[in-house]
Amino acid sequence: MTIRVQREDFDVGAEIAALTEGNAGIGGVTSFVGLVRDMADGERTSAMTLEHYPGMTEKMLAEIDAEAHDRWPLEASLIVHRYGRLEAGDRIVLVIAASPHRDAAFEACRFLIDWLKTKAPFWKLEEAGDGAAHWVEAKETDDVAAARWDTNTGTGKAG
Amino acid sequence: MKILYFAGLRQRTGIGEEDVTPPDSVCDVASLIEWLKQRNPEFAEALQDTSALRVAVNQEFASFDTVLSGDEEVALFPPMTGG
Repeated sequence: MTIRVQREDFDVGAEIAALTEGNAGIGGVTSFVGLVRDMADGERTSAMTLEHYPGMTEKMLAEIDAEAHDRWPLEASLIVHRYGRLEAGDRIVLVIAASPHRDAAFEACRFLIDWLKTKAPFWKLEEAGDGAAHWVEAKETDDVAAARWDTNTGTGKAG
Repeated sequence: MKILYFAGLRQRTGIGEEDVTPPDSVCDVASLIEWLKQRNPEFAEALQDTSALRVAVNQEFASFDTVLSGDEEVALFPPMTGG
């Protein structure tokens, strides 16, 4: 139910504590944290810069979050996505789903990150160790992961 | 009409954002892209591969046949790579 797009890092423990505080209806919490890997497709990556579409990003994340609440009995949820320059090992994204029972929490968390990867307007510019930079290409495996959750909704693709 | 370019498209066109007044013949996303391509070689090359092109109109995903009236915010970008 909360969406944040920010440059700053986040504290996973503090976010979970804040999200669940005072809600005794929550029986299970799952979280996913995405990090900057130092190896991408076999090439050393020292850092990356995340660009996004301010306005549409927040709108899409809110839509994805609302869809999760429609599909699962969630008591609380949180999506935090960073932008700007990040170095290997830095946290990029946090997704938390809280529900009375673990099944819904696990499934909703997976759904949130799968849809986010293909539907939220973020782009990664990777810097290789030698200083060269290139835009990361979208992976077909991400489309497949997102499509697992498709019902009759759009795929986010034009044309 | 406001046009936004992101990521590799912004880099290749050299423009992040521009205000344009397309001719009457531009009535949907497909005809807008054709018009943008005719303006100069950089745009023609950047927008050549439509399979790698995603479009949003007023911050909602759109398709190439989405109708345009002229006062929209149209964003052109490659497939997303967040998360």
